[in-house]
Amino acid sequence: MAHVERGEPLLRLEGVTKAYGGHVVTHALRGIDLAVGAGEFVALTGPSGSGKSTLLNIIGLLDTPTSGRIWYRGVETGALDEAGMTRLRGEGIGFVFQFHHLLSAFTALENVLLPMLALRGRRDVEMEARAAQLLHEVGLADRAAYPSSDLSGGQQQRVAVARALMLQPPLVLADEPTGNLDSESGDQVFQLLRDINARHDTTFILVTHDEHLAARCDRIVHLVDGHLASDTSNQVQ
Amino acid sequence: MPFELIVALRYLREGRTQTALILAGIAVGVGVIVFLSALIGGLQRTLIASTLGTQPHIVVRPREEVPRVLGPRDDTVREAQVERPAQRVRSIVQWQQARNAIASVPGVVATSPTISGAAIAVRGGGANAVALRGIEPETYRRIVPLDSFLVAGRVDLDGLKVLIGVDLARELGVEVGGRVRLRVGAEDRRGASDTASARAAYTVSGIFDFGNADLNERWVFASLRTTQSLFGLEGGASGIEVRVREIYAADGIAAEVVRRTGLVADSWMTTNAQLLRGLRSQSASSLMIQVFVVLAVALGIASVLAVSVVQKAREIGILRATGTSTRQVLRIFLAQGAILGGIGSAIGIAIGIGLGTFFASLATNPDGSPTFPVDLDVVLYLRSAAIAIGVGTLSALLPARRAALMNPADAIRTG
Repeated sequence: MAHVERGEPLLRLEGVTKAYGGHVVTHALRGIDLAVGAGEFVALTGPSGSGKSTLLNIIGLLDTPTSGRIWYRGVETGALDEAGMTRLRGEGIGFVFQFHHLLSAFTALENVLLPMLALRGRRDVEMEARAAQLLHEVGLADRAAYPSSDLSGGQQQRVAVARALMLQPPLVLADEPTGNLDSESGDQVFQLLRDINARHDTTFILVTHDEHLAARCDRIVHLVDGHLASDTSNQVQ
Repeated sequence: MPFELIVALRYLREGRTQTALILAGIAVGVGVIVFLSALIGGLQRTLIASTLGTQPHIVVRPREEVPRVLGPRDDTVREAQVERPAQRVRSIVQWQQARNAIASVPGVVATSPTISGAAIAVRGGGANAVALRGIEPETYRRIVPLDSFLVAGRVDLDGLKVLIGVDLARELGVEVGGRVRLRVGAEDRRGASDTASARAAYTVSGIFDFGNADLNERWVFASLRTTQSLFGLEGGASGIEVRVREIYAADGIAAEVVRRTGLVADSWMTTNAQLLRGLRSQSASSLMIQVFVVLAVALGIASVLAVSVVQKAREIGILRATGTSTRQVLRIFLAQGAILGGIGSAIGIAIGIGLGTFFASLATNPDGSPTFPVDLDVVLYLRSAAIAIGVGTLSALLPARRAALMNPADAIRTG
């Protein structure tokens, strides 16, 4: 098992566990140790129920571990209060979900600028320009004013990618980002993520069932029953 | 526009049907509150105006005469049956000073000395028992706007002139310019029956209509000087009538008058206790109806937003994942409640005004005034809007808290 590091660790997990339930306890994660460097493109793989999504949620500060410690950009997240976690998550982590999860009441452009709008409180010209630029980067400049529900699945997922990048986060977490797309759209979205990784040195952790897709990542972290079963580096495709 | 308001408005716009239905509910509720308040306010105002329009808010008078039982001068035991004496018309001692003291009580806006006593109005073969009221027209006008009740003649009590009611004028068969004689019941009193006033005939200078048959038949106004002479109270005044700024403060002001003057002060609230009870019961019934309407509106808003939180659970999770704080989520839903309350109240106020105006136009009195007067005013609108917005925001609190406290990961996974 090779441990790949590119530069300083952006993210470090130490003995992270997650248990659910009262009388009958289910362990979703068991003692995960992991370090991810800046600019890495990591695939998180494993069978259903292996704890991939749970780990992704904990890394993304959407959930808290039962035990263990996490450092993100040098900050121990366990020491943060709710507001601190929200700020760190908002500014430092982008999310792309399997089912795009755009806000249906908003246009493509508005969905993209949402994270910055939440952060700054008011809409301004600068954030609109950045959102338009991101839509241009994902090839949807001409769909900016479209209601998100009028876009195809692939287009919606690209909007979700643009939204994840709005605050230029060093880390983007993607939970099966191509899982709900046809192969052509899925390939386009994956290539988009790789391009962004190459251009902006953005770190990606990507949950996937797709072995072919995982094989195109720099590193594959494999989970089985909540354990980190393997952590291997790949030749960049 | 703030982020929370943008999201709140979009959510409301997205759920158009739900929003329209709850807005209709709020509007009807606020409309009922506005209409009911305006109607009851109008009815109470009219009732109070008709009652207090012809009477002072407070009447100050001397203490009643009580008999004194002299104690035995020796050791004999005596039994005495003490009877309440008949009350004669008496002057307030140093009434000018008492009047100044009354005028200085906070809340008092006008005072006027009067003499009131029983008399007989005689014309030809006709004779009617009347209540003779001696007044200073210039100060009494500030207590009761006499001129507004005149149906003939004018308020002129100079010399031997009197004002009488329409019913007394009809019974005596007298018109403006006609003459009546007045006999007071104290003819045995020293000097009273021998005065020129007692022997004179009085010219009717004006005829009033108070809208009350008893007053129109019994009340006769003469000048204070004339009645002083008739009742043998030269320079005196048997009462001081008072008008106050806030009618419901009359009881308190009357108590203060008693404290400062040692006289008896009867407020309209005491002398019209039954009317007051009726008004209060009416207000309480109206309040109860309004409370239940507000409760129904609150439940409506809360249930719609609770459903919205469930429907939007995944989006709330996404918002949280993309950096929206719990407080921002809370404010998004509170804002929805406030917006619903605000827009609903605006529509409701319009409905209330429409209903009130329509209702007032349904039936009118012979003088053109509405039979069912409604008091539509800005304070009522502002109060109703404030209630609706306040209730809207409060009703949103529970659903908003639920939304804010959602675990984003769970919300995204299961929403």
